[in-house]
Amino acid sequence: MSTPACQLIGIEKAFGQNRVLRGIDLSLSSGEVTVLMGANGAGKSTLVKILCGVHAADGGEIRLFDEAYAPMTPSEAIDRGVVTVHQSIDDGVIPDLDVATNLMLDRLTAKSSGFFVRKRAIRAEAARIEAMMGLDLDPRTIVADLGVAERQLIGIARAMARNPKVLILDEPTSSLSAAEAERLFLLIERLRETGVAILYISHRMSDIRRVADRIVSMRDGRVAGVFEGHNLDYEGAVTAMLGHAMTAVDVQVTSGGEPVLQLENLRILPGSEPVNMTVHKGEVVAVTGLLGSGKSKLAAILFGLAQPDGGTMKLAGRSFAPRSVREAIVAGVFLCPKDRASNGVVRDFDITGNLTLPFLERHSNLSFLSRRRERRRTNEMISELGIVCQGPGDGITTLSGGNQQKVMVGRWMAEASQFLVLDEPFQGVDIKARRDIGRNIRETAGNRATLVFVAELDEALEIADRIIVLHEGHVVGEHQNADVDVTRILAEVSGQVAITA
Amino acid sequence: MTDANAEQASKPSAAAGRAWSYYAIRYGFLCLLIGLLIYFSVFAPGFAGPRSAVFIFQSVAITGILALGVTCTLVVGGFDLSIGSVATSALMLSAYVMVVMEQSAFIAVMACLVMGAVVGAINGFLIVKMRVPDLLATLGMMFLLIGLQRIPTEGRSISTGMTLPSGATAEGTFSPAFLWIGRHRFDLVLDNLIPVPVILFLVIGVFVWVFLELTRHGRLMYAIGSNERAASLAGTPVERYKVLAYMISGVLASVGGILLAARLGRGDIASGNNLLLDSVAAALIGFAVLGAAKPNAFGTAIGALFVGVLLQGLTMMNAPYYTQDFVKGAVLVVALMFTFALSSRRGGGGH
Repeated sequence: MSTPACQLIGIEKAFGQNRVLRGIDLSLSSGEVTVLMGANGAGKSTLVKILCGVHAADGGEIRLFDEAYAPMTPSEAIDRGVVTVHQSIDDGVIPDLDVATNLMLDRLTAKSSGFFVRKRAIRAEAARIEAMMGLDLDPRTIVADLGVAERQLIGIARAMARNPKVLILDEPTSSLSAAEAERLFLLIERLRETGVAILYISHRMSDIRRVADRIVSMRDGRVAGVFEGHNLDYEGAVTAMLGHAMTAVDVQVTSGGEPVLQLENLRILPGSEPVNMTVHKGEVVAVTGLLGSGKSKLAAILFGLAQPDGGTMKLAGRSFAPRSVREAIVAGVFLCPKDRASNGVVRDFDITGNLTLPFLERHSNLSFLSRRRERRRTNEMISELGIVCQGPGDGITTLSGGNQQKVMVGRWMAEASQFLVLDEPFQGVDIKARRDIGRNIRETAGNRATLVFVAELDEALEIADRIIVLHEGHVVGEHQNADVDVTRILAEVSGQVAITA
Repeated sequence: MTDANAEQASKPSAAAGRAWSYYAIRYGFLCLLIGLLIYFSVFAPGFAGPRSAVFIFQSVAITGILALGVTCTLVVGGFDLSIGSVATSALMLSAYVMVVMEQSAFIAVMACLVMGAVVGAINGFLIVKMRVPDLLATLGMMFLLIGLQRIPTEGRSISTGMTLPSGATAEGTFSPAFLWIGRHRFDLVLDNLIPVPVILFLVIGVFVWVFLELTRHGRLMYAIGSNERAASLAGTPVERYKVLAYMISGVLASVGGILLAARLGRGDIASGNNLLLDSVAAALIGFAVLGAAKPNAFGTAIGALFVGVLLQGLTMMNAPYYTQDFVKGAVLVVALMFTFALSSRRGGGGH
């Protein structure tokens, strides 16, 4: 059928005491898409970093087309035809340069290219790549002016322009809309036909169903199961990844008590329709919508980081118009921001320091910190949220993404709030951690009102009592989370349904 | 088969290597300091002894105090280049207040402290409100102060009996109470052993250490230095803490200037040239102490002492004075290597 392009034999890697990879055997075949699944912390990212030359393996060997392959640097990996698109897009593009230059960066770094930059030639070549990829962008646009999704596509286009023999895609769709993701899948199919071996890493079941020829599940640094053939066993793959079967979440819908947060004729975006919305005590409300739907802006308004274009907000009957995060917190509104790496994690701190950061006053006497009290609270949160770690003194960066996210959410659940806002609490988190976080949010929801911003409908369905759909700054749909018409919500999300009052 | 066996055999040694590098990072610098002390005690006659020890402390007291101030600004992710010029401005200001304006020691000291706080507040304002990058804001302030301190006396040093720009003669003197700050020595075991500046250095060191390590304010300042945005989204008043850090730095720099003036007994325009570089070096050497890899008060104090010990020992072994800056530079480079190369290998973390 197909020949093995890349073979990994007994790959091992440890960071300090932590054995991340414990003997990985894996083979990638030309013309085949292998999906790598694994919970956060299973070792997927480490494996990718070894393949693309960022880390060196401690043990085992890699064979590329039957030759030994042990890249010391990313550029060596690329020279050998192993090209990687990393999860965080900003590693892939240079924001201050234009699209053409970004697409042609490799040409600029090649020794054979001349001393002077030949703009016209670069633009022509870039236009050719764009045409091949079906990208519709002016090559002269500065990348910083583009949206997240377009940057992601540029990063992917550049990787594909390198004529890869082995292409590694690490969660490439995490910031793409459905239409953009579809474009990516078409490209992947084209590359597969030309005989490229593709390693595709994703949490999204819909992606996996769409592209996978073969699924490899990883758990705790080992390969937990390989699934191939005509009818891929998706359930089996998830079970192998988690170590046990996943049950569906059963949300007991509550309608909540007295209103806590009321938005009255709030204009989220300039010129958008006014929004009226109420969140009740004991209720979990999910707000969903596309990029640009006003979701982020509404979160920013609640955070006190932006001001609305008109209208008022009320908290427990009183006017609420925070001008800073601090004011919001003092009013009893806690806000767990999205994008933990830049907005949440304090890299130099341990778990305790990260968890207690906003409420140090409650852990100190006359400004002197009580380490004992901090540790006790942290230990409680570790067991409540199921944070996998050796103790409260672990550095935050030694944790996997999912566990870091649990710490970030725990930071705001550790103290009682009137109104809790969580912006994308499941970002970059595997299904196990997602369930843990979601369960905890629901279990503790009784004494407060909770508002969750999510991009994925699945996540909303798992956690919410009520789902509100935003489109271009106004509410286009509102649904009790019981017998929901998923197709209708999806249509509302994409703006295909007219506003119903 | 043999390969696998070899691998098995190599594992314990790899683990041992990791443990070794852990201890090397953590205690390496302290061991080096103890090694130096032993070496000089054996080979430099007169090095081991209370008088020599006090001399070392005295030689680093002023730079140490300035370094503790700059540590506070490093903690919030900033940097203060103006400390040297704040110190020399305090030196000139105290002399001016006492010699030209004929005021008391108390007023001179207060004027200097207020000046330090105001300069710190202006630095903070430039950085926080005007969004000038910290290095540039404090560089500008440094320039400004170096110039400003020369204007009242038309560029001359201040001493009793000097002719003022107006043609009059300065009648005031440095008050004995002011000189006491720089020159008095307390008895401890030996008579007249410990000078006031050394005590101030130790007391301020303990205060800054307690503030940064044990209070929530210190914790929040470290949070700001590590991820300013996250700290702000957790409700930390980031701007207030940044201004506070620059004010601490300014006040401590003016304390250093007061001590310098009290030791010299005159407003010498040319002194204090090395203060900025020496104190920044001490704070940066402090990164390497106990493998902290971040600014910290204990490390800063040890960093200052390390330089002091090395210079004192070398001087007693007849190294010429002009090699001093070279030695300091070498220590700094080695310490920075310790900090950034070794500690960044501790997996994951780092910048």
